[in-house]
Order: sequence, then structure tokens, then C-alpha cells
Amino acid sequence: MATHHSRSAARIMMAPAVILLLGWMLVPLTMTLYFSFKKYLPLRGGDLGWVGFDNYVRFFSSSAFWPSVSTTLIIVGGVLAITLVLGTLLALLLDQPMWGQGVVRILVIAPFFVMPTVSALVWKNMFMDPNYGLFSYLWEFFGAEPIQWMSQASLESIILIVSWQWLPFATLILLTAIQSLDGEQLEASEMDGATALKRFWFIILPHLSRAMTVVLLIQTIFLLSIFAEIFVTTGGAFGSKTLTYLIYQRVLESQNVGLGSAGGVYAIILANIVAIFLMRIVGKNLDK
Amino acid sequence: MIRKSAISAAIALSVAASSMAYAETITIATVNNGDMIRMQGYTDQFTAQTGIDVEWVTLEENVLRQRVTTDITTKGGAFDIMTIGMYETPIWGSNGWLVALDDLSAEYNAADILPAMAGGLSHDGTLYAAPFYGESSMIMYRTDLMEKAGLEMPDAPTWSFIAKAAREMTDRDNDINGICLRGKAGWGEGGAFITAMSNSFGARWFDENWDAQFDTREWSDTLNFYKNMMDDAGPAGYATNGFNENLSLFQQGKCGMWIDATVAASFVTNPAESTVADKVGFALAPDNGLGVRSNWLWAWALAIPAGTQKEGAAKQFIEWATSTDYIELVAENEGWANVPPGARTSLYENANYKNVPFAQMTLDSILSADPNNSTVDPSPYVGVQFAAIPEFAGIATEVSQEFSAAYAGQQSIRDALIKAQAITNDAMEAAGYR
Repeated sequence: MATHHSRSAARIMMAPAVILLLGWMLVPLTMTLYFSFKKYLPLRGGDLGWVGFDNYVRFFSSSAFWPSVSTTLIIVGGVLAITLVLGTLLALLLDQPMWGQGVVRILVIAPFFVMPTVSALVWKNMFMDPNYGLFSYLWEFFGAEPIQWMSQASLESIILIVSWQWLPFATLILLTAIQSLDGEQLEASEMDGATALKRFWFIILPHLSRAMTVVLLIQTIFLLSIFAEIFVTTGGAFGSKTLTYLIYQRVLESQNVGLGSAGGVYAIILANIVAIFLMRIVGKNLDK
Repeated sequence: MIRKSAISAAIALSVAASSMAYAETITIATVNNGDMIRMQGYTDQFTAQTGIDVEWVTLEENVLRQRVTTDITTKGGAFDIMTIGMYETPIWGSNGWLVALDDLSAEYNAADILPAMAGGLSHDGTLYAAPFYGESSMIMYRTDLMEKAGLEMPDAPTWSFIAKAAREMTDRDNDINGICLRGKAGWGEGGAFITAMSNSFGARWFDENWDAQFDTREWSDTLNFYKNMMDDAGPAGYATNGFNENLSLFQQGKCGMWIDATVAASFVTNPAESTVADKVGFALAPDNGLGVRSNWLWAWALAIPAGTQKEGAAKQFIEWATSTDYIELVAENEGWANVPPGARTSLYENANYKNVPFAQMTLDSILSADPNNSTVDPSPYVGVQFAAIPEFAGIATEVSQEFSAAYAGQQSIRDALIKAQAITNDAMEAAGYR
């Protein structure tokens, strides 16, 4: 048992790390809050004084605000659904004993190591281009009119690209979870006459629920802030402007730091709402 | 005594070190266009002449713009020379962020810079950036396809002729589109094109009270004309095509006509890159009989941010890179068709350059664009395909996103214009114009 003395020594030793982490988080947060109450226009001479909640009202009432929130939620939701379902199936497949298992697993994980800008560019130019993309050849081969992915199915395209990137992550976590499942339990149920589908539904899936929660939470945190995929594919056009992208436009393209900072605060609020919502749904899983 | 001399020695050393640093290296931010990359190849010669080393930061246009804007507004001081355009120069110059280029040497001959270019790169009559190359826009067309369609391109066509020719030249079975135009979102991409086009339809961005004008008939005429023509005769997915996409389509022989930057002329007539190099003709950008053509005016220019420690060396470099000597250097090594165009009057008086097929049309295009008088109805702003106010880039990017969505059929032109009107007025209000 730790004595009072050793506990305070531990606190002192932990202090530098804690202070560093707090500073890391608090300094940007405070600056965002500070700028969000200012009229700060770098191209017009910088700081033009305090404006109260003007920036918040303007950001909220702009015609781009609600569409950007719904776009954000559609992209996050779409990617989560695809990666969880396909991730589970892939994990089940990869769990089967087969020749060259190690190599196959590494190949499956590979997309996760491709930089988002690179993968988005490759998808956009090599696969989805309506004139010389691979998909357009495929469509034409079957006599169909090629889809103009970026303009006519922009959200679907972005969801596809991002899902491709995040699928390995989900697969990896779910695969390790499946591997930790006791094989005897499955054998016993098989002898009792349970079908493969029933075994999956009543044994494997409940076993995976905790890993799925982890995938869900971690992915949500990262997906709320996806930017590169939108920047290099549609540039925010065709209704693919997320809240993150809108903030970028306000700060860098319009050079309005105050307005963008107010948007940043809204993004924090949105992220917290989503997080609370998710915790409520899946939190029970973590308590078990 | 010893201490004193030690101190003076240290001072002398540090002075020597700083003066060495002064003459040593300048950092230049530039855009990844062909002419700029060519210039980097010749910097060794500059270093040999002056002893000044040059460090390049080469970036894609949008990224460059953000980097240099951030650097100049925060007084970052990362660059000694910045490559900026006609949009930034007057705004930054009026903010006092750039070193005035009013003391260039006599042999540099600043009076030789084309007046349209010097005008667009000045504020209150003072030059703030020296043009490296200048451009306007014009029609590049396939002479063989034009002949096949039984038409003849006039030197100064109208929009109705262009629309007719585009539809006649289109041959979907052979993958030939009558006309390729920019539709990509972004103020420097599709935004620049549609703004220049709208000028010839009598539209303008703002009236004299800085009220947005997207609710006018002129704008809806412009967009409807554009979309109808492109739907009938444009390439698939034109709403995402910018300069580079159209360039590659034209070079592969998939476009009958292309209205874009005059600098593209040297790319489409270069047999090493273009499959149609020997079949390209040029004409002025079209008009509608209202006295304004639909061509733009742009220059990439070199400017020195105020506060740099190496002003002298930077000026030396600018005088070298934008001089007539540099043009001759490139001509000697790579031929006259590849020299940076559109910056100097003397280039167009040069007998060698007159043989280049697109030289005269480029000059005519540049001369027919007037940044101070770009719209049919009076407007409060300077600039042909942009309005030189700090808010424009942000607004026009958002507006062009709405337009692109309309081109792709995601919303009607009417809805796009209503949104554009709201976006623009909203931003102008935030900036304190209204």
C-alpha cells in the first residue's frame, strides 16, 4: 500500500507530464475562445476590438451552418456503419486458418498507412474520374453511362474513400477480439446443434461488442475532423462541406479569424454532443 | 585593454557574420507553374553573377497563396521574395506590407513593362511587384475540326457563334467535345472564368453601394447560357474541371475549343506534350456586342515583403528574373516560344518573337482587358475576373461552389444565384461594407 508520502512524491513526478498535457490542450482552447469574441481580420489590419457574441450569431445564422452540420453527421455515420459491418466480416474471414495468413493480414492493414491526401488523390484521379478513371472504363465496358463521382455522388464518394482508409483499423481491432474468443465455447455450441449464423449472433457478436465500442469511439473522434479527403476531392463543393471545412474556409479563405474561432467553439460543442450521445448508447457495454 | 580588444573583435566578427548572411541566401516562395520551374533551373547563373544563393519554396497555387498570406499578415518573415498575383498586390501594397519598387536601375527599364500589367500591380501609381509573366485569356481551337464543321472562326467571335460552333463540332461517338471550359469550384478556377464571362454579358459583382448583383437578369443569363452550352457540347463532369483537367483533355484531342489562359498556348502547340500541336488556332475571347470581352488579365509577379533583412539582394534578384536579359537567356536555350510572355512591351516588338504563332493574339488579348473598367455598368472595384478587396477570395470561392453544384445538376441555377446573393451580402456585411 502506498504511503501518504510516496503518493505525494508520485504526484510531483507526474506533474510535468500533466502540466504539459494541460498546456497543450488549454492554450489553443483559450486562444480560440479569446479570438471568437474579437473582430480579427488579418487582411484589414488585424485586431479590430471586442464584438461580444457577434461572431457566434453570424456563424450560426449563416446559410452554410446547418447543411455543414448534417453533412458532418452523414459522413461520420456512413463511415462508421460501413467500417463496422465490413470490418466484422473481414475479421471473421481473416480469422479462418489459411495459407499465407500473415501476408494477407499485412496487406489488409496497408491502406491505413497511406496518407489521406495521397489516397484521396489516387481515388479521385485513377478510379473516379469520369473521363479516364478505372470505374468509367468498367461502366462503359458494361455499356453503362459512367458516373460523375465527384459532382453527382460527392458525399458517397468521400464516404467510400474514408471508409477504405478506416476499414483496416476496425478489422484489426475486431480481429484481435475474435482471436481472444475461447474456441471450446464455439465447439460446444456446435455440438449442441447451433448453426453458424446462431453461433455468430449469440456468441461472437456479444463477445465483440466491447471492441466495437472502442472502434466506434476512436473513429468518431477522428472522423469528426476529416479534412484532407474533402480538400483534395471536391474542395467543399457539391454539398460536401463539413463543419471542419467551413471553419477552414472562414479562417483561411475568408481570412476572418474571429468568425472561424466561433465556428471552432461550435465544433467543440458538436463533438461533445456526439460523444455524450455515443457514450449513452454504448456506455453500458463498457460497464459490463 | 585585452578585454576591450576582445569585445571589438567579437563585434567585428558578428558584423562580418551578419554581412555575410546579408549577401548569402534569399528565400523565394513561388508557384509550381512551368515558367517558374524553368527559372529555377537558371538560378545558378544568377548566383554566379552576384554571389547570392537562392533557396526555393515551390508550392501549388492555392497552398502558395495561403502560405504567403499567413506569412505576411503575421509578419512571419519566412520569405525575402514572394510570388503573388494581381489580386494580392494592390491590397498588400495599400496596407504597406510590400517594398515599393520605385528605385529600380536604369538598365532594368521599368517603363518597358506593359502598361496594363504595371497598372494592375501598382497602388496609387507606385509599382509594388514586378511581373514575371502576364496573361489574358483567349480561344484556342482545333482548325481541323472547325473546317470539318464547315465554319470559319473570326478573329473576334461572339458568344452565339461560339455556342453554335461548339454544338456543331461535338461528336460524342468519337469522344470529341465541342468546347471545354472551367467549371471547378474556387475563385481562381471556375470563379475566374465565369466572372470574366459575366462581364461580357453585362453583369457585375457589386453595384456602387457594394450590394451583390446576383439577383439580376444578367447573371442568370450568363449561367444559363454557360450551362446549356456545356450540357450540349462540354465534356462529362465539366463541373469539376479546372485549368489542368482541360489542358489534358485538349492535348489528347478531346476538345474542339478551349477558352483559357494565354500561357496555355505554348503547351498545346508543343509537339512533345500535345497530340494536336499542329492543328491549333487562336482567337480573341468572345463578347456579346456590349463592348466588353470575356477575357481576363493576370500576372504572376515578384514582390518583396516589407521588413525583410535582405532587401538589396532581393531587388537584385527581381531585376535579374524579370529583365529582358533573362528573356533572351531562355530564348537562347529553349527557343522563343518558351520565354515568359506578357510582361514587357519590347518582347512584342522583337522580330524573333513575332514568328511565334500565338504572340500577336496574346498581346491583343492583354491589351483588350482593362482592370479599371471591366464591367458594362459602373462598378466600385478594380480587377477583371476578381474584385481587388480582401474579402473577395473567400466569397468567390463559396459562390463558385454554389455555381458548380448547379452545373452538376444538384440544384437549379435560380437556387444557386439566390444562395450566392445571400453569401455575398452576408460576408460584405461582416466586413463592414454595408
